[in-house]
Amino acid sequence: MDVLVPLPVAIPLLTAAALTAFGYWCGRRLDDLIAIVATAATLVISLLLVFRSNDHDLVYWFGGWKPSNGVALGISFTVDPGGAAVATLVATLALAALVFSWRYFDEVGTLFPVLMLVFVGAMCGFALAGDLFNLFVWFELMSVVAYALTGYGVEHAGPLEGAINFAVTNSVGSFCILFGIGFLYARTGALNLAQIGEALAGRHADGLVIVAFTLLVGGFMTKAGAVPFHFWLSDAYAVAPVPVCILLAGVMSDLGLHAIARIYWTGFSGTLTAGDIRPVLIGFGLVTAIMGGFMCFLQRDLKRMLAFATISNIGAVLVGIALLTRSGLASSIVYLNTNGLLRGAAFVAVGILVRRFKSGDELDLRGRGRRAPIAGVVFAAAGLGLALLPPFGPFLANALVVDSADTLGYGWVPPVLALAAVLSAGTILRAAARIFGGLGEAKDPLFSHEPEESQEEPTDTRRVSQPLLWIPAAALALVGLGLVFVPELAGHALRNAGRLVDRSAHAREVLHGVPPPPAPAPSYSPSAAAYAYGVASTLGALAFAAFGLYRRRLPIVLRRAAARVADRPVAGLKALHSGVVGDYVAWLTAGIAVLGGAVAVVVR
Amino acid sequence: MSYLPFVLAAWIFLVGIFGIVRSRHFIHLVVCLSLTQSSTYVLLLSIGYVKHGGAPIFKDVPLGTKAVDPVVQALTLTDIVVSVTVAALLLALAIQAKKHAKTMNPDELRPVRG
Repeated sequence: MDVLVPLPVAIPLLTAAALTAFGYWCGRRLDDLIAIVATAATLVISLLLVFRSNDHDLVYWFGGWKPSNGVALGISFTVDPGGAAVATLVATLALAALVFSWRYFDEVGTLFPVLMLVFVGAMCGFALAGDLFNLFVWFELMSVVAYALTGYGVEHAGPLEGAINFAVTNSVGSFCILFGIGFLYARTGALNLAQIGEALAGRHADGLVIVAFTLLVGGFMTKAGAVPFHFWLSDAYAVAPVPVCILLAGVMSDLGLHAIARIYWTGFSGTLTAGDIRPVLIGFGLVTAIMGGFMCFLQRDLKRMLAFATISNIGAVLVGIALLTRSGLASSIVYLNTNGLLRGAAFVAVGILVRRFKSGDELDLRGRGRRAPIAGVVFAAAGLGLALLPPFGPFLANALVVDSADTLGYGWVPPVLALAAVLSAGTILRAAARIFGGLGEAKDPLFSHEPEESQEEPTDTRRVSQPLLWIPAAALALVGLGLVFVPELAGHALRNAGRLVDRSAHAREVLHGVPPPPAPAPSYSPSAAAYAYGVASTLGALAFAAFGLYRRRLPIVLRRAAARVADRPVAGLKALHSGVVGDYVAWLTAGIAVLGGAVAVVVR
Repeated sequence: MSYLPFVLAAWIFLVGIFGIVRSRHFIHLVVCLSLTQSSTYVLLLSIGYVKHGGAPIFKDVPLGTKAVDPVVQALTLTDIVVSVTVAALLLALAIQAKKHAKTMNPDELRPVRG
């Protein structure tokens, strides 16, 4: 057993406890420094875990309660490189967020670093947990902390509403998860995922298993923000303080998908065959990707725009997972890490704008961004990366999807994904061109109104070109774009995905301590078709950005025709995002019903 | 084992959801959410129920005595803790809504739209 395994959870949680007890007497800067050091330590240890788990999974049984004869009574952390990479991503983004908040906030209580540390610990625990109930406990812990952090600026209506919608919707999602866990426990008598998988394997998937699967996947999709469970996400991310957004949008949403992948492969893959479930999950993923991209285009508030870009990206990651192949899973790991870093960088850039110009509104900021060139470069770089520009990470992930979808007979999926990337990344590039280049028009009636009260307005704008503001942005963008140059990144992702996909070997390793024979990392290079998709979507995103900027210079005939086609759907979509939590919960229930019905139809 | 507890859990869940969807007051909303959560207690406890089983305390009893499943009871306890935390946080937010936005109606507190 590797003693490092519990540390990514223990270090932040213990530091948070110590800060709560003594932080009041330390002064703000010392509190911040302690939090930054603890997060950096978490980062280093998580990174070490990625390398240590490269050959075989690290299974850590708390208190030494190892399973006997394949029955696990103890609680385990099961660390594979994918999970450890997610923990590393959590720590990286948290480090950037804490460094950024050093100068971003004028005043912030001791509780802010404490909450951030608990958030980090809970997300790391979630990424590493090996049994369902622990997954649930970490899920709840990170959710509660996220609600509190979202509503940190309680004196405004926006954060209050965002936090309440977030809390109620996600709580309902977590009840669904708990119901699912209860049903699975009733059927298998197990909570450990590997043991559940062993108990279900080879059996016919009856109603109970289908309901349990539906509730678990639906609950985690609520956290991830897949359509139609996504409504809370845009409300919450638009109003949370920027350093919190970095974590929320960068990694918390993706954690829900990470959980879906693990639950399917270790728990359900023996009873629900991939071919049956695939079309259902791909459907949810594609609708999410397109809907997120389309709503993204309609926003002028930068944070809300990035929130919808997050939803669009989530859809793309979900499609990767939904292919239910080794390549698809590998793609989702690469996608989630690189996209998370790039979205985090974009949020830091928005934070710099908010800090400097007291506004996060695209039209308001038109041309003013020229005085913050670094933020502009970071924002545009993030946009280009998300537009699947070869050879960067999102392109690589998309290439894995392209090559896998073709062999499965889902050749129509990659063009839809490329379209989603065009919509969301094109919008980010549009905002970059308008704010930092002064291009485009100053008014556009199509956009949603920005929140009435601006969310947070740092009052002191004197010391703005602080390196502590732009270094996190630049660092996140550089790591996000540079990650692809790690030698054999795709090969390692494929090999590690292959270990999770092989359910029975994974179960033997967890329950009986028999590691699988080491497999060499396959070599992977994207096909010509993947390059074509990458180039096409990048060009498409640039063209779409130009369309967003100069839409009103098109000939009047074209515009009238477009208005006839698009006005109703646009108004309808805007009306759907009503901001009323009751509506959101109704959609959630409907989404679960659709998901369950679809799964039942394909399995029968 | 009868189906009644499971039907009851589903019923409480749906009633709670209905209350949340129809809610026009934050306190009402929080109570509905707690109600919905209590359906999970019913479900978990009924899963672990054993007819004529005693409490799962294995001291001074012969080996093989019937007892209810302690695992689900632990889950339920954890669940209650979670429920209280969320309810407390939401009520705190509701107080802030009353203080700063001067409303307890979710319909009126919605600056974010579209």
